[in-house]
Amino acid sequence: MRRTVRLIAVTTGLALAATGCLGGTSEEQTDTERGAEATEVTLTIAANAVSGGKNAEEADWIENYVIPEFVAAQEAEGVDVTVEFQSSGVDDEDYKSKIALDLRTGSGADIVSLDGIWVGEFAEAGYILPLTEVVGDTVEEWDGWEQIPDAVQANMSFNDERYGVPAGSDGRVLFYNKELFAQAGLPEDWQPTSWTEILDAARALQGIDGVTPIQLNAGTAMGEATTMQGVLPLLVGTGERIYDEDGGTWQGNTQNIRDVLGFYQTVYGEELGDPTLQQEAQGRDKSFAEFAAGTIGILMEGDYFWRSVIEPTQGVAPMANRDEVVGFTRLPAMEPGSGIEEQDFVSMSGGGGRVLNPATEFPQQAWELLTFMNSADATIELIGDGARLTQREDVNSEILADDPMLSFIAEEVVPLSAYRPGLAVYPQISVALQQATLDVVTGMPPEEAAAKYQQAVEAALGGADDIASD
Amino acid sequence: MAQKTELPPAEQPAPAAKPRSKPATDVAGLGRGRAAAFVAPAMALIAVFLVFPALWTIYIGITNYRLTGVQAREPEVVGVDNYVRALGDPTFHNSLFLTLIFVLFSAVIGQNLLGFSLARSLSTLRPVLRRVVESLVLLAWIIPSSIVAFLWLALLDRDAGTLNVLLQTSGFAWLIEYPLVSIIIFNIWRGTAFSMLLYSAALASVPPSQLETARLVGASRWQTLRDVVFPHIRGHVLTNTLLISLWTFNDFTPFLITAGGPNDRTEILPVYIYNTAISGGQMGYGAAVSLIMLLINLIIALFYIRLLRERK
Repeated sequence: MRRTVRLIAVTTGLALAATGCLGGTSEEQTDTERGAEATEVTLTIAANAVSGGKNAEEADWIENYVIPEFVAAQEAEGVDVTVEFQSSGVDDEDYKSKIALDLRTGSGADIVSLDGIWVGEFAEAGYILPLTEVVGDTVEEWDGWEQIPDAVQANMSFNDERYGVPAGSDGRVLFYNKELFAQAGLPEDWQPTSWTEILDAARALQGIDGVTPIQLNAGTAMGEATTMQGVLPLLVGTGERIYDEDGGTWQGNTQNIRDVLGFYQTVYGEELGDPTLQQEAQGRDKSFAEFAAGTIGILMEGDYFWRSVIEPTQGVAPMANRDEVVGFTRLPAMEPGSGIEEQDFVSMSGGGGRVLNPATEFPQQAWELLTFMNSADATIELIGDGARLTQREDVNSEILADDPMLSFIAEEVVPLSAYRPGLAVYPQISVALQQATLDVVTGMPPEEAAAKYQQAVEAALGGADDIASD
Repeated sequence: MAQKTELPPAEQPAPAAKPRSKPATDVAGLGRGRAAAFVAPAMALIAVFLVFPALWTIYIGITNYRLTGVQAREPEVVGVDNYVRALGDPTFHNSLFLTLIFVLFSAVIGQNLLGFSLARSLSTLRPVLRRVVESLVLLAWIIPSSIVAFLWLALLDRDAGTLNVLLQTSGFAWLIEYPLVSIIIFNIWRGTAFSMLLYSAALASVPPSQLETARLVGASRWQTLRDVVFPHIRGHVLTNTLLISLWTFNDFTPFLITAGGPNDRTEILPVYIYNTAISGGQMGYGAAVSLIMLLINLIIALFYIRLLRERK
């Protein structure tokens, strides 16, 4: 018995000694030139993209263009490079957890795709480092930076330091089904100028059997899609951003938040939208499928929806007659002129990019691959025949004229766009907003949901000091 | 291999050396040193994979450690804050309540009763038929969780689900209207095989002569069950209930079907921990809740073990 006690004591002691190291990430390798002279190099690219599934075009581009071309170019220089692609096709939140754990343990791919809003919290955690610290000053010399506008670079920056190379930007619009609009006696060239006009159109669509008039993302199951393609675009239409940079305050229980939740209440209370769909675990994918099948009238989404979801050949929910049937229009502010900067129309923009894993064995070669992926040629190759606002202005100006969707986003939407704050606490605020919409969809009055939201924000910020409420 | 370097104790020639080492007290005659050497690898494994993670969890539980952000790099010790927060958090209460309901109805009542009824009715069936039914029930148990989850999503789907087609209730969202009931039925379906197997074995231990006697004195089915069968399998019932309650208590599979939704209505404890610790990034809080969950596990186990002891 005494032996057992002693054994337990020893084990406990050992374990406690080992536990001292929680937090401090693994010793950072500081030699940026490590592995630079190697003739056998293995690099890995990780992205939430999978051939035949999510972001298929990106996955195919990496597998069929980036890898063979880069390997061939390096071979010519006498370097034997093997590039592997770690594909995923999961919800963004799951992908985030996975790469956070990868980076935390000093493993994971050399080049990792990140959503711009994760950069702050990943940087604060020490999982990623400024590019100059990983690679050295060669980063500054890359000629690609001149082609990337500052607002887009900001997507992958934190505290004015570049952590990665952005991979383009986007904007939010209202997509609508022209066939259904014709059936409901609505104009094919629809241009609503206020929330009321959106609701009026939705009410007209309600008369068609088997059609859900509007899909406005709500609830926690849709994750960031609820915030980015729902709450935030509406909120900027009331004249406020979620975070006021000048005052350093977050929106709490304000009239603006209550207006947004009130819009949700109208949409779901009048059954203009399908409240059940918002709660389903696969709700967002289903909403895509329903829109593609022509049973949803209006849907708020980013241009991602156009190029990756209902794209006729490669989309997740392809629509063969997309170009004829689907219209897109700018999202109006609550009332004309009520948006931020007194705008009549509003949008939100985001965008991801690629970072280098600080634990990479070959920082120089990884940087070379990253710049190769962001070269003009590679970017054009990625876009193919599709429409997408790329990170590079030279590429944009070259392909802009060809595609009505792209030029619409670039010229009409992005200039009106607002961005999410790149602060580490943002994801928690986002979850609180999602919960507030869920509460409204399941029947809670907007005032009550807004008060509950305020409490959640206070918990996230550790107090009410930086919260605006009225 | 050891023959050259060490002689077996029996052949050791010098009795003069004997008084110094005490005679081995164990049955195998190994002596303490060698016995310890034999046990050491197992103990090391247990220490590395069981004791250490448990202590680690306790340690994380007293910090504000997060998956990302500043607290990931420099977590601070916050003492019992996480525990205080958990015990006062309505979402945790909700989760605990859901878990107890889930365990009670799907394991203690559902799997137990269905498993026992299957075992008892199967024992009278023709062997061929019996094998077929047993295989089908077992199949539900051995198919990987991810596949099972997919099958159930297909079954309960709102638009094209099998159940809605059969009942002609197209558009009825079972997982939204009756989320908890759905995962309870799912878990009964999923886990009954174990109870069935255990009770099949247990029922075989009931002496046929006693059953025959009961029949001769005109005992009803219920009386036979209560006074003849049950006393023989009481221990099995307790063991089975203990195991399935613990498994169900810790079961994560419902996450694959409902992800804890809608609106946390199926957020049983394992899902709650996953959602707060991994998805929400609150590692410290998640670890604290994990420890609370471990304690509840221990309480359940102690409760059953006491019941078992009382019988003896």
